[in-house]
Amino acid sequence: MQPQANTVAPSQQPQQVQRGGQRTGPSLLPAVDIFEDAGGITLVADLPGVAREDLAIGVDGRSLTIEAPVQLGESSALTSVYAEVRANHFRRSFELSSDLDTAKIDAGLRDGVLTLRIPKAEQAKPRRIDVRVE
Amino acid sequence: MYPSMLRTAGDWFADFEQLQDRIDELLTGRSMTSSIRAVGRAGAFPALNVGTSADALEIYAFAPGIDPKSIDVSVEKGILAIAGERAAANGDAPAAKGGERNVYASERFAGKFRRVIALPEDAEPSRVEATYRNGVLKVVVPKRESSKPRQIQVSSGS
Repeated sequence: MQPQANTVAPSQQPQQVQRGGQRTGPSLLPAVDIFEDAGGITLVADLPGVAREDLAIGVDGRSLTIEAPVQLGESSALTSVYAEVRANHFRRSFELSSDLDTAKIDAGLRDGVLTLRIPKAEQAKPRRIDVRVE
Repeated sequence: MYPSMLRTAGDWFADFEQLQDRIDELLTGRSMTSSIRAVGRAGAFPALNVGTSADALEIYAFAPGIDPKSIDVSVEKGILAIAGERAAANGDAPAAKGGERNVYASERFAGKFRRVIALPEDAEPSRVEATYRNGVLKVVVPKRESSKPRQIQVSSGS
């Protein structure tokens, strides 16, 4: 099922997460689009209700983790009557392959959409080898 | 008629289907009572959360990546509708300019959407307010003055 060795494969993360004893309970899995071109990988993730300052993108070894709380700013007097979104934070991890340059990841968040650009390491970029005519 | 009789030995897919149905039921809230005009669908876009307070009904639509001006929020005959369109992400990525590209995941919703909610009787549709922040559309529908809870002063008879 592995499409290619250098993909950002969605890894099987348990839904129940506990990090530093801060957050427990189910987390939301953000929907993502992932593209690859010659220069690197672009990951687009839906993170509605996430403010820029709350978004945490971590790289640990070859693992990339996106984690963020959902802040709606609702008043405390509000009682929920119907809910399709039933967790208050997003979390998703991806396994990165070694040809990606994790030091040069570029991230932008706009209107609840995160765009991550993960460039390929220089030596991993495809290049054309000229054949000399003897 | 009887799923257990139709099942052949080793048909473990059926077990998975049952489990999937049960999970869907729990996650999408199909087991909850909902309005006949706003039955929750699994994976519908945008996802909606509805809360109520003494003063208002608040609807949160999780619709990231949309130009607020293009979102159409309307109220007609007690039905609130949220409609719009979201473009696919393919176009704005740097690689769209040329060259090969592989798509590994395409989970995000793209295209036109429309969701409706039946407003309760005590809603005041003339003063609906909508704001868009961090990809979440918040629609506040105030309740009628007459329906708000209030304290009645007891006067002492003379």
